[in-house]
Amino acid sequence: MAERIATRVAYGKTLAALGETRHFFVMDADLSGSTQTAIFGKKFPDRFINCGIAEANMISAAAGIAAAGTPVFCSSFAMFACGRAYEQIRNSVAYPKLNVKICASHGGITVGEDGATHQYCEDLAVMRATPNMVVVNPADATETVKAIEAILDYDGPVYCRLGRFAVPVVFDPATYKFELGKGNVLADGKDVAIFATGIMNAAALEAREQLKAHGVDAAIIDIHTIKPIDRDLIAHYAAKTGAVVTVEEHNIIGGLGSAVAEVLAETVPTKMARVGIEDVFGTSASAEVLLDYYKLNAQGIVEKTLKLLGK
Amino acid sequence: MLAEKAAEIRKLAVDAIYHAKSGHPGGSLSIAEIMAYLYFKEMKVDAANPADPERDRFVLSKGHCCPALYAALAMKGFFPKEDLNTLRHLGSYLSGHPDMKNVPGVDMSTGSLGQGISAAAGMALAGKRNGKSYRVFSILGDGECQEGQVWEAAMFSAHYKLDNLIAFVDFNHLQIDGDVRDVMNPTPIDKKFEAFGWYVQCIDGHDFAQIEEAVANACKSDRPSAIVCTTVKGKGVSFMEDNYGWHGKAPKAEEYEIAMNELNAALAAAKEANNG
Repeated sequence: MAERIATRVAYGKTLAALGETRHFFVMDADLSGSTQTAIFGKKFPDRFINCGIAEANMISAAAGIAAAGTPVFCSSFAMFACGRAYEQIRNSVAYPKLNVKICASHGGITVGEDGATHQYCEDLAVMRATPNMVVVNPADATETVKAIEAILDYDGPVYCRLGRFAVPVVFDPATYKFELGKGNVLADGKDVAIFATGIMNAAALEAREQLKAHGVDAAIIDIHTIKPIDRDLIAHYAAKTGAVVTVEEHNIIGGLGSAVAEVLAETVPTKMARVGIEDVFGTSASAEVLLDYYKLNAQGIVEKTLKLLGK
Repeated sequence: MLAEKAAEIRKLAVDAIYHAKSGHPGGSLSIAEIMAYLYFKEMKVDAANPADPERDRFVLSKGHCCPALYAALAMKGFFPKEDLNTLRHLGSYLSGHPDMKNVPGVDMSTGSLGQGISAAAGMALAGKRNGKSYRVFSILGDGECQEGQVWEAAMFSAHYKLDNLIAFVDFNHLQIDGDVRDVMNPTPIDKKFEAFGWYVQCIDGHDFAQIEEAVANACKSDRPSAIVCTTVKGKGVSFMEDNYGWHGKAPKAEEYEIAMNELNAALAAAKEANNG
């Protein structure tokens, strides 16, 4: 059994490590314990700014800090950092293309028991439709570390979704390489291309093993950058396999499924299926129970894949 | 000298709005003295070095009144005055609300009300935490104070003791739908800022001596400062004064002619007073 670490935990540690050598500020809206920015805050109190429960002001103030020349990370729950403060992100950050990194924790259904008001499954859609915005959704702790480093090196607005739930570490830190905007082939295959984003990569790899028993050889591709999306890799694997499945802990409208469908429609029209939250609000239960309930698991991926392939 | 600058700001702003066939004359005219004072007396800014990290910053939180800001920046030499009449035209860098990426001298993109004051607060905090001595000036509308974000920013600025932040409130009493007190009463604005922990002064926003004294007092305060300025919306154009109908529309040709006659006369009078 692989070690399990929440991506938010990797984020908090990475910020604190990067703070040793890089100059940037970190802001939070009274959730620094949950988002893990408190680690940075304790270590670098002069560069940490708690904004209280006032996300709109946090995002616009971050824009002001960036406009004055210093990069800044902003964290809260995805629902509030992205959902509540959407217009501030659009007008104060994205439009002037300021160097603000919105790293939102508790994205998706795996928020768990807090229920629908806190389970934001539309963030990738909203951020993807915003001009100038880079959208990243790391799979595990290893990818989060590398993604945060890359995000800091990139000069411009970024939305990065992080999760509450401890998820398997998929990638080996010693060998893993991250490049913004480039998909990551986890396993080659010839019968179907499964594009997964975020914490669904682990389930996709599990599904690949189960699909073998059905005689299906699936390629698994990690799409950590939802925007700009790796069009060439998606078109290549669609052409190679002739069948595409997308997997995301997000509404099937507007996120990875839509992004991949757009690419395919314009390059290699291919039959496809989308695994995700099927345009419903969530509900209260543990993260594990919810992943099974919404079929965001290996079984759900296998079922949709076999149906797509007519097996 | 400053009266002349304010008169020129008014003339250039109305001229630009007329040629744009749209825009916001009322609130542009009410802030002319504040803009003239900031850009021609108070702020350390240099058109030859617009990105100087040490420069004072200005954030027009009521971004729709950018014709007054653009006029001041052009007069200051950030871009040619001739460009002002391209306001709101396709291909012009002078868009309907301030765009920091394309307009030289604009420190923050604004237009969505409530956001500019937060950005100004962020700039002020970055200045303090980065050991810079620059100051941040901002202008809020009185109607804008109905936005909840203004009060989030007020709380934030007082909490972090942003004594390098000075916000003017253009209290011209009018917003698009009518008198602010009828639409959604934001008063008492001064008492609200005081309650949030700001240093507050109430002045006549068309009186340079009062503006100067208030800014001097604000610079000595150890708190963020709000200077609530009683002003006349549409000031300087007889038929626009104190008339909310002129919040957001351009004058027609005959109205433009009357306005320019009045503004030219005011400019000539200010020049004569200055020379005499």
